[in-house]
Amino acid sequence: MAETMTIHLKIWRQDGPNQPGKLVDYTLDDVNEHMSFLEMLDVLNEKLVAKGEVPVEFDYDCREGICGSCNLMINGRAHGPKDLTCTCQLHMRNYNDGDTIVIEPFRAKAFPVIKDLVVDRSAFDRIIEAGGYVSTKTGSAPDANAIPIDKFTVDTAFDYATCIGCGACVAACPNSSASLFTGAKLAHLNRLPQGEPEKKRRTISMVEQMEEEGFGDCSNFAECEAVCPKGISISAIAEMRRDYMKAVFAGEEV
Amino acid sequence: MNLESNVPSGPLKEKWSNHLNDIKLVAPNNKRKHEVIVVGTGLAGGSAAASLAELGYNVKSFCIQDSARRAHSIAAQGGINAAKNYPNDGDSIWRLFYDTIKGGDYRSRESNVYRLAQISNEIIDQAVAQGVPFAREYGGLLANRSFGGAQVSRTFYARGQTGQQLLLGAYQAMMRQIHEGKIDYYPRHEMLDLVIIDGKARGIITRDLVSGEIKRWIADAVVLATGGYGNVFYLSTNAKNSNVTAAWRCHKRGATFANPCYVQIHPTCIPVSGDYQSKLTLMSESLRNDGRVWVPEDKNDDRHPNDIPDEDRYYYLEERYPSFGNLVPRDVASRNAKMVCDDGMGVGPTGRAVYLDFRDAIQRDGKKAIEEKYGNLFEMYENITGDNPYEVPMRIFPAVHYTMGGLWVDYNLMSNVPGLFVAGEANFSDHGANRLGASALMQGLSDGYFIIPYTIGNYIANNDLADADTKHDAFDEASSNAQDHIDKLLNVNGDKSVVEYHRELGQIMWDKVGISRNEKGLKEAIQQIRELREDFWQNVRVPGEASNYNKYLEFAGRVADFLELGELMAEDALHRDESAGCHLRKEHQTEEGEALRNDEEYSYVAAWEFKGLNGQLAEELHKENLEFEFVELKQRSYK
Repeated sequence: MAETMTIHLKIWRQDGPNQPGKLVDYTLDDVNEHMSFLEMLDVLNEKLVAKGEVPVEFDYDCREGICGSCNLMINGRAHGPKDLTCTCQLHMRNYNDGDTIVIEPFRAKAFPVIKDLVVDRSAFDRIIEAGGYVSTKTGSAPDANAIPIDKFTVDTAFDYATCIGCGACVAACPNSSASLFTGAKLAHLNRLPQGEPEKKRRTISMVEQMEEEGFGDCSNFAECEAVCPKGISISAIAEMRRDYMKAVFAGEEV
Repeated sequence: MNLESNVPSGPLKEKWSNHLNDIKLVAPNNKRKHEVIVVGTGLAGGSAAASLAELGYNVKSFCIQDSARRAHSIAAQGGINAAKNYPNDGDSIWRLFYDTIKGGDYRSRESNVYRLAQISNEIIDQAVAQGVPFAREYGGLLANRSFGGAQVSRTFYARGQTGQQLLLGAYQAMMRQIHEGKIDYYPRHEMLDLVIIDGKARGIITRDLVSGEIKRWIADAVVLATGGYGNVFYLSTNAKNSNVTAAWRCHKRGATFANPCYVQIHPTCIPVSGDYQSKLTLMSESLRNDGRVWVPEDKNDDRHPNDIPDEDRYYYLEERYPSFGNLVPRDVASRNAKMVCDDGMGVGPTGRAVYLDFRDAIQRDGKKAIEEKYGNLFEMYENITGDNPYEVPMRIFPAVHYTMGGLWVDYNLMSNVPGLFVAGEANFSDHGANRLGASALMQGLSDGYFIIPYTIGNYIANNDLADADTKHDAFDEASSNAQDHIDKLLNVNGDKSVVEYHRELGQIMWDKVGISRNEKGLKEAIQQIRELREDFWQNVRVPGEASNYNKYLEFAGRVADFLELGELMAEDALHRDESAGCHLRKEHQTEEGEALRNDEEYSYVAAWEFKGLNGQLAEELHKENLEFEFVELKQRSYK
C-alpha cells in the first residue's frame, strides 16, 4: 500500500491584481505518495470547497509537462526540487511526512499576479510576436526535402525549440530576465536555413521587446538553466548576445 | 432537415482540385472588409487563423488558455502522417487514403479522407518551411517511422514532441499575423454561446476568464476549432481544460452532432493509481514499434516480470495478429488489453494493466538507440510511476484519448448552420469509427491551413449578409442566456462539488459507454446520467464569484454540458446496433472478438438535432448515407 503523509502548506493568497496578498497555512493529513503535486492541491481545494471556502487558484492544463501552464514557486525553487520536471510532473514521493511546503506564484514585474498563484505571462506572447517566426505564407513552401539540414544542426534546433514558455527562467532569475526564453527561440530559428533570411531583424526586435516588457538583463547567474524543466542550455543566451551584436554592428536596415 | 454533404462530382482524385477551380473567390481588396471569428488555437484553429489572416481577412482569435501556444495539440507525441513515400517503401496517396478509410472501419466519407491524404504532403512542406525541426537522417533528409494500422513508414516526427513542434509552428504563424495587425487575439476567453442572425452564424458570446465579463463579438463567419469531448469520461488523456462547451452550445443552437458514440480508447497509457487521480498520461503508440506487449500466461504468476521466462509469457498481440503484431490499430490493441485483464491476466496492484517490454529491443539495438527514439517518454514514465523502463517493463492500460464524433460538417467543413465552420477534432469528418495514429495532427492542419481558408471565401462570396451589430436582439438574447446559466450555477448552493459530479459521470461513461457496450448497460447509463444531471442542478456547490478568476465556475459550466452530452453519446451508442471501429457492441462481434459491422443498415453518419431538454434530452436522428464508390467494404483484418 502507498504511504500517506501529513503535509503542511503555506500558500500565497491574493484576491486580485494590485491587491495585498499573504501566505496562508493549510495542513493535509492524507497525502498519498503517488499523487502528483497538483493532485495534492486538488485535494486541498476539494476540502476548502466542502468547508465553504474559496479554493486556491493555480494554472494548469495538460498535466503531462508539455503545455507550460503550471507555474509554481515551491520552497523558493521554480517547479520544485526535481530537475527537469514541471510542477505537474512532480510527485509527492519526493516529500516526507511532516514536511512544510511554501507555494508562491512566479514573481516578476512583467508577470503581474491575476489571483493567488495565477500570473499573467502574456509578455512572452509579445516577445514571439516581435519576431519569433519564419515569415512563410501557407502554400508557398518548397518540397520538404528540398533543403537538407545536417542532423546535428536540426537536433540542436530541436533542443532549443522544446521550450514550453512556462516562465520558470524568469522566476528563478535575480534580474527577472527573459533571456533564456528569448534566446531559446532565437537559437532554434536562427540556426536553421529557413530562419537565416530574417536572422538580424528577428534578433533585434525580440531583444528589444524583451526589454520593453520590463524583464531585466542577464548577468550569467545561470539560475534559469538550473530550473528549466526542459533543460535548455544557457548557450542560447550566448548565441543571442552574439547574434544581437552582429546584427547591431552590421548597421544594415533591419 | 437535409444534410447535404456537397461532395463535388467527378473522379476521387479530381474532386478537390475541381472544387477549388469552381468555388468563388473574394478579391484581395474585399477580404479586408470581412471578419472571421476563430475559436480555439490548437493545430486547426491556429493554422486557420494564421492562414485566413495571411489572405487578408480580419480575424479574431479566442482561446481559454493563457496563451495560444498551450492548446492541447501541444501534447501530441508520436507524429504526423504524409504520403511522401520518402522511404521508397511503396506508399502513395491512395494507400494513405485506403489505410485511413479502413482504419476508420468504413464509417467516414470517402471524398474527405481522400482529400486529407492529398493534402498531407503539403503540410510537411509547410511545417519544414516554418522551421519545425522534424527528425532527420545523417544525410540531412527527413526521417520516417511506422505507426499502428500501416505497413509503410510514413510518419514524420520530432522526437516524442511532434504536436508541440507543429503547434508552435502554427502559433508562430499566428503571432506574425497579430504583429501585422490582422489578428485580434483574446486568450483566457471562453465561448459560451453562438449568435445566429437570419439563420446564419454571425457571432459569439464569451466570458473573460479573468474579469468574468460577458462580451459580444460579431463576424461574417465563425470557425469552431475547440477540440474533442473525451473529458466527458473525467479521466482521459485530454488536458484538464479540454471541454465540449463551445460545440455543445452550438449544438443547442441547431448544429447537428454527428456520431457522438465514436470514442477512441488509446491502448498505451499509464494505469490509474488512486482515487485522487486527475488525468491519465499517454505514452505514444510509437512505443509499440519496439516494445512488446505481454501478460503472464498463468494468472497466478506473481514473479517479478524480469524473472518470467519467454515460455511463460503470453505475447497476445503477436500471437493473435501475426502480420501486424504489436502494431495493430488502437481499437484492436485496447480491446485485447481489456480482454486479457477481464480474463484475470492483468498485472500490477490493480490487475488493470499489461506489460510493454523493451528488453528485446534494447538487446537488439542498444540502450542508446532506444534512448534516442523514446528518451523523453521513458523519463516521463519514470517520473510518474517511479519505475525505470530501461530495466523493468512498463505497465500500460487503455485510456480515453480522442473523439472521432463531433459537429456534423459538409465537404466544405461547414455545419448545417450556415456560416459556422468546424475544424479539427471538433468536427466528425475524417476518421470514421476509429482514428489511426499520427492522423489527428494531419487532419487539424489540413483543415486549418488548406481547406477552411478556401471554403470560407466561397461562403462569404456567395452570401450577402445583413448589416447587423452587437446590439441586435440575437446578441441580447444569447448574452443573457450565458449570464443566466452562470447565475444559475452559482445559486444552487448545494453541498457537493463539481469534481465529484464529474467523476461520477466519468465512471458511468467508462463502465457502460466505454471500450465495449451493450443494450442493457447503455439503457442503464441513460437513466443514471439523467438522475445525476437532476441531482447536479439541485446539489452542486460552485464556490467564488462570477466577477473574478474562478476555475470552479468554469468547470461547473463544462460539467453541466458533459452531463447532457453523455446522454446523447449513450443514446447514439444504443441506436447503432452494430459494432464499428471503436464502437464495440457486445451483441455484434466476430468469433475472434472483432467488431462486426452491419453495412446494410448502419452505413451512415448519425447526425443528431437538439430538440429540447426537460428531464430527458430530446434529439432527432438524421442520417447521411455513406456511399462507397471507390473502395470495397470489407471485414477489417490485421491478422
